[in-house]
Amino acid sequence: MSTVHDRSSTHAGGGESFEQVQATDEFQGLKRTLRRFVFPATALFLGWYLLYILLTAYARDFMSTKLIGEINVAYVFGLSQFVSTFAIAFVYSRYAEKRFDPTADTIRHRLEGTVPAEATVKPAKPRKPAKPTPTSTVKETST
Amino acid sequence: MSALAAAADTVDGGQRALTISLFVIFVVATLVITIKASRNNATAADFYSGGRSLTGPQNGVAIGGDYMSAASFLGIAGIIALSGYDGFLYSIGFLVAWLVALLLVAELLRNSGKYTMADVLAFRMKQRPVRVAAGISTITVSIFYLLAQMVGAGALVTLLLGVSSDTAKNITIVAVGALMIFYVTVGGMKGTTWVQIIKAVLLMTGTSLVTILVMIKFGGSVSALLGEAAAQSGKGDAFLNPGLKYGTDAQGLAGKLDLISLGIALVLGTAGLPHILTRFYTVPDAKAARKSVLWAIGIIGSFYLMTICLGFGAAALVGPDAIKAQNPAGNTAAPQLAEAIGQEFFGDLGGTLLLAIIAAVAFATILAVVAGLTLASSSSFAHDIYASVIKRGQADEKSEVRVARIAAFAIGGTAIVLSIYAQKLNVAFLVALAFAVAASGNLPAILYSLFWKRFNTTGAVSAIYGGLLSSVILVFFSPVVSGKVTPGVNGAPDVSASLFGLGTDFSWFPLENPGLVSIPFGFFCGWLGTVLSKEHNAEKYAEMEVRSLTGAGSEKAVQH
Repeated sequence: MSTVHDRSSTHAGGGESFEQVQATDEFQGLKRTLRRFVFPATALFLGWYLLYILLTAYARDFMSTKLIGEINVAYVFGLSQFVSTFAIAFVYSRYAEKRFDPTADTIRHRLEGTVPAEATVKPAKPRKPAKPTPTSTVKETST
Repeated sequence: MSALAAAADTVDGGQRALTISLFVIFVVATLVITIKASRNNATAADFYSGGRSLTGPQNGVAIGGDYMSAASFLGIAGIIALSGYDGFLYSIGFLVAWLVALLLVAELLRNSGKYTMADVLAFRMKQRPVRVAAGISTITVSIFYLLAQMVGAGALVTLLLGVSSDTAKNITIVAVGALMIFYVTVGGMKGTTWVQIIKAVLLMTGTSLVTILVMIKFGGSVSALLGEAAAQSGKGDAFLNPGLKYGTDAQGLAGKLDLISLGIALVLGTAGLPHILTRFYTVPDAKAARKSVLWAIGIIGSFYLMTICLGFGAAALVGPDAIKAQNPAGNTAAPQLAEAIGQEFFGDLGGTLLLAIIAAVAFATILAVVAGLTLASSSSFAHDIYASVIKRGQADEKSEVRVARIAAFAIGGTAIVLSIYAQKLNVAFLVALAFAVAASGNLPAILYSLFWKRFNTTGAVSAIYGGLLSSVILVFFSPVVSGKVTPGVNGAPDVSASLFGLGTDFSWFPLENPGLVSIPFGFFCGWLGTVLSKEHNAEKYAEMEVRSLTGAGSEKAVQH
């Protein structure tokens, strides 16, 4: 046990317990954000793949219909599995970056008491409502 | 065996010397890198996870190197070359499988685990029973896979170097085993990773080269390539349609079900393979784990697309008779195609050169995969069974890593001895069995533990043992172990297509792939075990859920 969980099991950090964090709306929202994408996406690609396998097994005549030259339905269907895999992977990565990562990072930094590393890497957030930074100051620092 | 002797005659000394030299360059380069990597191998995190300091793209390429085995490189090309379309099924299944890893497993596993698959499964459970089960499953899956690869290496030396004596095969197996033990014990995860990265780059370069030449030859037209392949195959249009190998009309219902069973196991097995799962720990965080899977999908997808060109190219340009003369299963189709296409474009020297390159790539492929398997299984032995069970969590890191190194010797040694004895046996089914166990035992346990609140110790243990045992038992009583006969053609005697020879038949399970039964059974066992037990650790569940989703408290990269 001790080698695996050397951290205290109740305290998530920042004075909160994991159960408290788990109960927050913020965390439950994060969980929903992930599940709302990955469960339907999994059902979609597994169903699509299963359809392909079933057609391969039972709809031989349909799969053997030639479409372009020697290329028949089976190849187009097979290649569409490649396309759908690439597409789902791409869409998921965009979704996760936009919808999931920001909240996950916020909670993590709060619990670990760390400063978001992105703040220093990202070209400082442009929207600073209080101070309308004139462009001249930027020029000053750059010269 | 006469076919092998014939193969021996066709390999000339120049090509053999060239293949060996290229391979020696690969070995020397990887040994140097492994020794360099060993300087930063102080802690357990270094040994098991390469200090978690790889970048996403690096790990993605390494995953490709870990995953694309000789079975998929030589095997799929061979199946397509001899049976046409049906070989493509493997390519598709092996790729789509990565979506399971991307969407459901990689990031959450990276955040909640440490070194092994069992870290995630045992997180909110009683440590000992779950770790023992996960350790047994990890070592079993890895050894099945390892044996298939090493016996393959023995056969490959005959085919690619033209040396058919048993001594030569034994020397090859021992050499492959010794190298893999060296990579793992000296280089740990970092050394193994670089072997896999180099191999992946070589494999992609080699196959791209052959693919480009094939496409130039056919004027960029896939249709023309398919047409020529069908014409040369002697099977006409049927060669381009599904059904020559799997689910043929002659096989009846069992054949169709077997095809579906294979398809499901391919897709669900990958995300349960321990040597793949441990690769997700080598990056600093979940985002990098996601990125590595995206890279892996790109590389693996491109590779499996090229298998179409390799397989149909071999059928069109080498022809099934010439392929079967060298290896009845078609395992030499890709190297033979390399020689033919090289000759076509650059003359005899070009043919020899390209063949030597592809042959060396095939050896590199085997080495990279076996190293990954040995590392995963020895890590699991040291971390799950030795440290958590035998020492009850009281082992210090140093002794744990020492035990992992000893385990790598023991597992590697066992694999060498078993492979030498298994050489004459038909062990091709072992890869399919490894996928079936991974999909039936490991995957249910992983998914339940990441997504099902109620899941508990009894459930985890039931899922793993239920999936593992049902897969192994069903395969044992299937035609791949006994009772399958390949009828002799033209008066030649019948040969056994099973592990056991002719005359032994105790099979009663009709499918060669158990997945259709064993995967639902594994999920069912996990559910049943869970509802039969009242255990629930709400506190640890909260910790696991928060940690797996946010990464708070997850293992950090080692600073050197």
